[in-house]
Amino acid sequence: MAGGATSGGNAVTDTYKEARNWLLLPAWGTLGIMVLAPVLLMLVYSFLTKEFRGGVIWEFSLAAYDQFFFDRGLFGDDPAKIEWTYIAIFWRSIWQAGAATVLSLLIGFPTAYFIATRPEKQRVIWVFLITIPYWVNLLIRTVSMRFLLRDEGPLNSFLMTTGLVDSPIHMINTNFAVQVGLFYSYLPFMVLPIYAAVERYNFTLSEAAADLYANKWITLRHIVLPAVKPGVVAGCILVFVPSLGSFLAPDLLGGAKNFMIGSLIEEQFKGNAGNWPFGAAASMILLTMVLIILVIYARAQARSDKEAG
Amino acid sequence: MTRQRYDIKSYPGFLQITLLCLFVLYAPLIVVAVYSLNASASIAVWEGFSFRWYVDVFTGPESAKFKTAARNSFVIAIIAASVATAIATLAATAMVRGGKFRLRAWSFGLISLPLMVPEIVTAVATLIFFNSIGFDRGLLTILLAHIAFCIPFAYLPISARMQGIEDSYEQAAQDLYATKRQAFTKILLPLMLPGIISGFLLAFIISLDDFIITNFVKGAGVETLPTAIFGAVKQGIKPNIMAISTMLLGFSVLMVLISYLVSRTDKTS
Repeated sequence: MAGGATSGGNAVTDTYKEARNWLLLPAWGTLGIMVLAPVLLMLVYSFLTKEFRGGVIWEFSLAAYDQFFFDRGLFGDDPAKIEWTYIAIFWRSIWQAGAATVLSLLIGFPTAYFIATRPEKQRVIWVFLITIPYWVNLLIRTVSMRFLLRDEGPLNSFLMTTGLVDSPIHMINTNFAVQVGLFYSYLPFMVLPIYAAVERYNFTLSEAAADLYANKWITLRHIVLPAVKPGVVAGCILVFVPSLGSFLAPDLLGGAKNFMIGSLIEEQFKGNAGNWPFGAAASMILLTMVLIILVIYARAQARSDKEAG
Repeated sequence: MTRQRYDIKSYPGFLQITLLCLFVLYAPLIVVAVYSLNASASIAVWEGFSFRWYVDVFTGPESAKFKTAARNSFVIAIIAASVATAIATLAATAMVRGGKFRLRAWSFGLISLPLMVPEIVTAVATLIFFNSIGFDRGLLTILLAHIAFCIPFAYLPISARMQGIEDSYEQAAQDLYATKRQAFTKILLPLMLPGIISGFLLAFIISLDDFIITNFVKGAGVETLPTAIFGAVKQGIKPNIMAISTMLLGFSVLMVLISYLVSRTDKTS
């Protein structure tokens, strides 16, 4: 990891000014060709006509977006009604990602706060413990969660042997399992930025509040929380955005009934549905949503930076 | 801060929540590691301690498949991380030591692009791209895609480290008639080494872990460890999968430890 060297460094210098274009060329080339151009091409594909066994015919068409939003009956000549199927899938994804974000915040904030208020030497160890799972393969973590939550899995057998429940709780292939899976996947992303913000927080402010007879929780609500808000917002975005387009958690923990955007897109390129322009259009809609969130965030960030001077 | 009437910093319940947090993070991994040592062929019952599933991974009926997948994964991860680290190091030098220039913000945006675009969208876009230029899907397509999305992960620790290094060393070298190239290779690069190692390890792990993009751009029959594991899990979680997962898990933890030790030597210097 970055080792926390981001702050306190010296400003940008111009030692290698003459060479900078050459130094950047490999990065421009690779990312331009392998990421930027493909995304633009995907935008083009979303306006093409589908080829039935995957791929496209190079003919302009709005069919992909039309299919996403409107239902025109079996033969396509009924009056257009709103098609709720895909909107519902997107809505469920937003809801699931939101629930996972709230869950991560509820657990992540106290954790980050607790770690940031430890003595300095202990902090490193706590942060280390939080980051290790991030390094472990996401697929393996999701599979572990699936194993743990099964009807006859270790969690249920534990609950039953301790007599907490009589019959296994059905958790796998539910919305709950997906939320837990997303929460579990991205929790470190919530903890780390909040931790960084609380670590910078000036605790004399809390002291001042205490001197003025504010109780702890009022201090937390009205003094600490506003001060560390940028970290909280960053954490929420870092959990929400990848959750929104996630594929593994809904696929392995949610089953067929708990479809999310990621599965919808994947199906267009893998399964028998095989509609590339539709998959490209769904990807564009997802990308647009994410970019809107990021732009709003960047604007808010710029504004608060300005206010802070 | 000794004159407080009570500890204003601590809140009741936060310790418990932190422990719960760690429990949630580790319990599934520990459970899988424990069950990988189960002698039973069924994952549901515990029949005693055994390494048989580890032996099975290397010699069992599916061992050939897993060996090929593991070799693919490691070869791709090593090449992708090396190339990405080299590209990121050059880019970081331009961004941190290249003065202020018009394309700087755009360059940073381009480098961060793989972090902003949802992975599934990158996967779709890359598949469409390879398909439209008639590039046959196989190991090479996986490698190219991995190099691209590993760049930002290598870039972040490298540029962070470079921002922490004062440029006075390079200035001093140039005052003593070193060329810029010498100042870069003899002074800046050695100082950058901890950051470069961190960047490489992060890129390496990211490549090794990737499932979604690989799954889209791999050719038929070409598997990496994550896609092979995913395919197997779809048939049901078997004990040998838990053994592989545990090994991969152990490997990741080893990588973090190395990265941690590198960054520690970094502080003492």
